[in-house]
Amino acid sequence: MRSGRTDAALSGVRAPAGRGGAGGAPARRLLLVEDETNIAEAIRFLLSRDGWEVMHCRDGAAALAALAEARPDVVVLDFMLPGRSGLEILGALRARPESAGLPVLMLTARGQARDREAALRAGASAFLAKPFANEALLAAVRGLLDAARAAASAVSATPPGPAAGQG
Amino acid sequence: MVRSALAGTRIRERRSLRGLRQADLARAVGISPAYLNLIEHNRRRPGPELLAALAAELGVEPIALSEGSEGALYEALREAAAAAAEAGPGQGADTPPELDRIEVFVGRFPGWAALLAAQRARVGALERVVEGYAERMAQDPFLGASLHEVLSAVASLRSTAAILAESEDIEPEWRARFHRTIHEESLRLSATAEGLVAYLDTLEEAETGLSSPLEELEAWLAGRGWHVPETETGATAGIRAAIAGAGVAELASRAARALALAHLDRAEAEARALPAPALAEALARLGPAPDRIAADLGVPLLTVLRRLALGPATGAGGALGGAGYVGCDAAGGFLLRKPLAGLTLPRFGAACPLWPLYQALSRPLQPMRARVEIAGRIPQRFLCHAVAQPSWPLGLDGPEVLEAGMLILPDPDPDPGTAAQPVGLACRICPRPECLARREPSILTEGLS
Repeated sequence: MRSGRTDAALSGVRAPAGRGGAGGAPARRLLLVEDETNIAEAIRFLLSRDGWEVMHCRDGAAALAALAEARPDVVVLDFMLPGRSGLEILGALRARPESAGLPVLMLTARGQARDREAALRAGASAFLAKPFANEALLAAVRGLLDAARAAASAVSATPPGPAAGQG
Repeated sequence: MVRSALAGTRIRERRSLRGLRQADLARAVGISPAYLNLIEHNRRRPGPELLAALAAELGVEPIALSEGSEGALYEALREAAAAAAEAGPGQGADTPPELDRIEVFVGRFPGWAALLAAQRARVGALERVVEGYAERMAQDPFLGASLHEVLSAVASLRSTAAILAESEDIEPEWRARFHRTIHEESLRLSATAEGLVAYLDTLEEAETGLSSPLEELEAWLAGRGWHVPETETGATAGIRAAIAGAGVAELASRAARALALAHLDRAEAEARALPAPALAEALARLGPAPDRIAADLGVPLLTVLRRLALGPATGAGGALGGAGYVGCDAAGGFLLRKPLAGLTLPRFGAACPLWPLYQALSRPLQPMRARVEIAGRIPQRFLCHAVAQPSWPLGLDGPEVLEAGMLILPDPDPDPGTAAQPVGLACRICPRPECLARREPSILTEGLS
């Protein structure tokens, strides 16, 4: 577990050891922005077991502040957040050069077309409607990372490796 | 407006006659089928170039689509025929209406033709009203908040239960935590379900006819951008005739039509008391400060608040395009609710007693200004100006009648460090457990942290 802006409710429980990242593969870092503590716990558990290093923020302001330290490969962003909405945070991420191309998976509690349209315009990479199957979440974040790494290696014309990821 | 209303119907009719599908015609002239659909339903006005392209594709002169010598009756019958064709087999008659013999029909059976046209117009009006209801139900803040609670609880339950069911080797501390999650979320789900059932019960009681006259008035005003430009010049005879003749779909009830006419009366009087140029000049000179504008121009503050929220400045591109407004009487009953972005006002029952609107009732004629923060999953800040204005419609011996109005502006100072008065929308969807003014419990089981 990373220090800093992790959820206080979880500070007493150590995250499970990662498995997917064995074999010298580069660490996969994920920033989770979700105000629902119980959902965040479940997601953190799932992704940690899948080999992700997860940093959790409860609101968008904390997420933006933590971005530099977290250096995530993928962001999972809830649509309905306290303070600034997920949509605003997405806009702020896209406005920053360092996170303009960062893969962002939006979690929507409302599967409404209008919300998705707004999020697409604001630059969301993918959506997942709540409630979701755990496998769907894993597949979505893995897919986003693979796509981003493929795009990065295509651009830099270097083979995928530790240097080809985010950062 | 009338002419363009005819154009869509004519395009639809010509297309049907030629056996063209909407999508094919749309592609041929380079627009989307959805846009063509809007045009054919007279919701969009095709420009001259597009009209020419459509005419060419349909093999007619553009003038045949845009103009005609037939009267409204022919148009109404064409509309009815087009609607029947659209409904498809089984919905309309098996034999399509003989469009090419429409003159014969009208000539020989004018009474039946008029009846058919009137029925079609009524059906169309009712369809639009139903659409409006569906939209407003979707915007109900209580239902929205409940739905979010349910989805969040279910999302949490689903993921947690799957983890517990599928992970053999889960650490004891995590297992204990996830068991607790399931317990918590099931309690939350049942509390939300109870709240929903109770709310739907009251909804059924409150809505004998699905909607109140005030809601009809508000739907009509919302469709016009909350401002009726004709009230600025007093040239409202046409609108008044349309309303009185039940020609406005949103104003389905007689009570709503009476409210709309009264609204026009008042808007005209307010436009005379505070003409648009004077208001615009004062706004530019003094900024969006209603109290200063009222003092400077010698106009009652309530009039200024209403003009700022409902006057010409409120339209698209106006100085105060995003302003909201709430009016109420001394019993707290709503007189008008104009929502603004991020703030959906309660449809039923009373709102939060902490609103400056209600505070103003206890201090008539005293201007109130307050920055408020509305509790919710996403807290929102607004700058409110309110005043209560007494009147004595029966003379000074009669009872005093109080009316309060509140102008709601987006917070010009979004710095979260600035103090803001905590308020809610209504107790049931307010997550402030410690509120001293709470009337009834909230359905939101989780307070904001």
